[in-house]
Amino acid sequence: MMRGARAAVSIPAFILTAAFVGYAGLARETGLSLGETLAMTGFIWALPSIVVLTGALSSGMGLIPAAIAVALASVRLMPMTMALMPMVKVPGKTKTWQLLIASHFVAVTAWVYAMKNLPDLPRVGRLPFFIGFGGTVSSFVFVMTGIAYLSVERLPPLVAGALVLLTPVYFLCSLWGAAKIPADKAAMVAGLLLGPFFFVYLPGLDLLWTGLAGGSLAYAATVFYRRRFFR
Amino acid sequence: MSGADFAGAWWWPYVMILVAGWLATDIWRWLGVFAGGRLREDGEFLIWVRCVATALVAGVISKLILFPQGVLETTPVWLRISAAAFGFVVFLGVRQKVVLGVLAAEVFLIGGWLVLGS
Repeated sequence: MMRGARAAVSIPAFILTAAFVGYAGLARETGLSLGETLAMTGFIWALPSIVVLTGALSSGMGLIPAAIAVALASVRLMPMTMALMPMVKVPGKTKTWQLLIASHFVAVTAWVYAMKNLPDLPRVGRLPFFIGFGGTVSSFVFVMTGIAYLSVERLPPLVAGALVLLTPVYFLCSLWGAAKIPADKAAMVAGLLLGPFFFVYLPGLDLLWTGLAGGSLAYAATVFYRRRFFR
Repeated sequence: MSGADFAGAWWWPYVMILVAGWLATDIWRWLGVFAGGRLREDGEFLIWVRCVATALVAGVISKLILFPQGVLETTPVWLRISAAAFGFVVFLGVRQKVVLGVLAAEVFLIGGWLVLGS
């Protein structure tokens, strides 16, 4: 676990800290309190879901639509967690509750790091390493988010604006980097184009519609493409 | 269930965070643990679900760039789009190093901001 904690001083941790510092700026600008911002950082620990919920809170969305929007934004965590489990599990020895705790640290950045680095470790050491890594990174980011939230007011406009842009650009790059098949990339392009359209014409549930319409369109297009050219 | 009756209460956002945030997010992580390796990651249903989620997050990206909150709102929209596009092109050009893409977008934004003198 200590090795995982030490490994937390890393590039993914820096990216996450910078992204959450940027998010703290966004949260403040949106009118969220410090407690709300920190509760989201600690409890959710997945920036896309946090940003979706921030939008929901600021637009006064109901509990159920907000939960659906957030759940849709975090569906990706399930296959990621599934892919990670066989790697950290010691058959017949690892308890399910240990895996449930570890799963809270599954988020794009930490997951990519884990999939790349865990195979180098002996099997028994992987779960403690992952928990040590995830726990340390998220605690550090939690504290930095709080500090950033409190100091954002004193930042010059240029820096504050630059930090707000950090979140979308970080997503843009890492979402593309996480895309494994053409359907993922098509969905991303569809979402980028449809997002503003639904925001203007169907405000409130715009993200849900962007996801369902853009995602289904991209999926259908790539299925059609596969049938047309690979059969 | 509408939040209208409680929307003003100080604790309402925390209920939202616990139910619509924590529960709605961690449920997938827990399901991931329980499902183990049963569902295939390249199964058709999962591909569609991931498409929907990806498009949704992409929608968040373009919303943040086109309709930002706060001080970034004062910058011209073309500057924000060009900065993000420039960062993405650099990201693709340097074998998908996220750090460099983000840095490039920031340099572009700050440079443009200073040149425009706002």
